[in-house]
Amino acid sequence: MALTDQTRAEMREIIARYPKPRSALLPMLHLAQSEEGHVSPEGIAMCAEELGLTKAEVGAVATFYTMYRRRPAGEYHVGICTNTLCAVLGGDEIMASVKEHLGIGHNETTEDGRLSLEHVECNAACDYAPVVMVNWEFYDNQTPATVRDLVDGCRAGTPPPPTRGPSTLCTFKQVSRVLAGFPDGRANEGVQAGPATLVGLELAKERGDRAPAMSTTDKDA
Amino acid sequence: MANPHALIEGVAISSYAIRSSFAVIYVRGEIVHVIRRLQQAVLDAYAAGHLGKDIAGSGFDLDVVVHAGSGAYICGEETALLDSLEGYRGQPRLRPPFPATHGLYASPTVVNNVESIASVPAIVLGGAQWFSSMGTEKSKGFTLYSLSGHVKNPGQYEAPLGITLRQLLDLSGGMREGRTLKFWTPGGSSTPLLTEAHLDVPLDYEGVAAAGSMLGTKALQCFDDTTCVVRAVLRWTEFYAHESCGKCTPCREGTYWMVQILQRLEAGTGTEDDLATLLDTCDNIFGRSFCALGDGATSPIVSGLELFREEFLAHVTGAGCPFDPVASTVFAPAGTSA
Ligand code: SF4
Ligand code: FES
Repeated sequence: MALTDQTRAEMREIIARYPKPRSALLPMLHLAQSEEGHVSPEGIAMCAEELGLTKAEVGAVATFYTMYRRRPAGEYHVGICTNTLCAVLGGDEIMASVKEHLGIGHNETTEDGRLSLEHVECNAACDYAPVVMVNWEFYDNQTPATVRDLVDGCRAGTPPPPTRGPSTLCTFKQVSRVLAGFPDGRANEGVQAGPATLVGLELAKERGDRAPAMSTTDKDA
Repeated sequence: MANPHALIEGVAISSYAIRSSFAVIYVRGEIVHVIRRLQQAVLDAYAAGHLGKDIAGSGFDLDVVVHAGSGAYICGEETALLDSLEGYRGQPRLRPPFPATHGLYASPTVVNNVESIASVPAIVLGGAQWFSSMGTEKSKGFTLYSLSGHVKNPGQYEAPLGITLRQLLDLSGGMREGRTLKFWTPGGSSTPLLTEAHLDVPLDYEGVAAAGSMLGTKALQCFDDTTCVVRAVLRWTEFYAHESCGKCTPCREGTYWMVQILQRLEAGTGTEDDLATLLDTCDNIFGRSFCALGDGATSPIVSGLELFREEFLAHVTGAGCPFDPVASTVFAPAGTSA
């Protein structure tokens, strides 16, 4: 899909958020990706034109960051955490089983263009290990069997909802638009804080643990 | 715990304290539902008149932008973050000058992690005395300990600084059934590994430093006796090789080569000399790298070899890994042995 005047107008909206235009480059690249599924030469050219940079300058930035894809991603982009903690708790087995199930490897896309696969580094959810991401939404506490169902659901166009976050799974392009700073109004859907996030709080309530009371009189000036 | 308003309030108070009218919450891009909530919270704060022009009639203006990163761990380093935020490759800057004098757009800039900023409202409300009535003599206050790995109840536990891992494990239900703690990180992989011998180390800055490690992020990753330390160290090293920004040679080349060595050790084709080569390479990275990422990359290797040299050697003499990887998974059939 080609970029439109609308994309250009939205790039200018992004630029207006920052004191200096070039600060807008990363979200602009997310926006280009939200239109095309990857950052194409056309996307790079449009960013360069809007910011008064050369294409080489923009390309140098785009290739530094792993979230920008140079080739089209699947509609559902699956990232399996295989950093130490998830790998040890089962991420390696999950990765192996999904590779076999789909017949694709790391950084590859299924022939129907539905699904792409990548192993990812720690996604800051070790307390929910093993963790799998689809389009950067969390699927917590996974097993090889749940992830096989998950990818089958994605290919059939009926993915299960993420464990935390919106009540239905967004596409890669929709998510890229949120990353460009255009909210999709879905912030309050679904599970907000999962059980592991709240476990300490629940325990403290159960035990009656509290921080010392704040005194209203001897407060420091 | 999923409510970002403590952070937004902290941002507003901190900005007011330094008379800044522009603040950015830079958050990694790979966690979209967190970004949605932050965007919404900022919109809500504008709508309620807590952000924007002439806040609460004070004459003070503040704009807050939620800025999604694009997949570069190094942008957690404050100067790399600033370069990234200016629209460049996120690579660390030479310091000095420090961000406090020459930060974003070469203007004075305060860069803090969100946990610090989010604790500001409570401190302002309760006062310094209240805050420092918690914690230890030098490490005051409270913090979030993030317990993960082979524990019964992983998750976030807020506690006064100085609590020990033994206390946290006792409170939270301990290690999973029938297993013992083998090694753990006090603050993620860039902090040297500790073992059972360190269960009573107070988890404050001084206590963990005295035990030869660092408090770091308080990501308490706990591994039990089914875990192969060589495999763990290899994965961490792969992480550093992947996230090395490439600016300086010791880190860029060193992490790459250490991955090669650890891979052959894991596969059973390494030699005893490889262990010396690893330590020698770490020696050339530590203190010679441009930023803390390079130093951090040496932590799991140096501490792993110090604590578990025999296990590394067993991979050489026994032609490969003696562990069953399935036994360490959360879905291991009951009774699987290491
Ligand atoms: S130590 Fe690594 S991450 Fe840091 S500047 Fe050097 S290459 Fe980049
Ligand atoms: S290692 Fe997978 S989320 Fe941390």
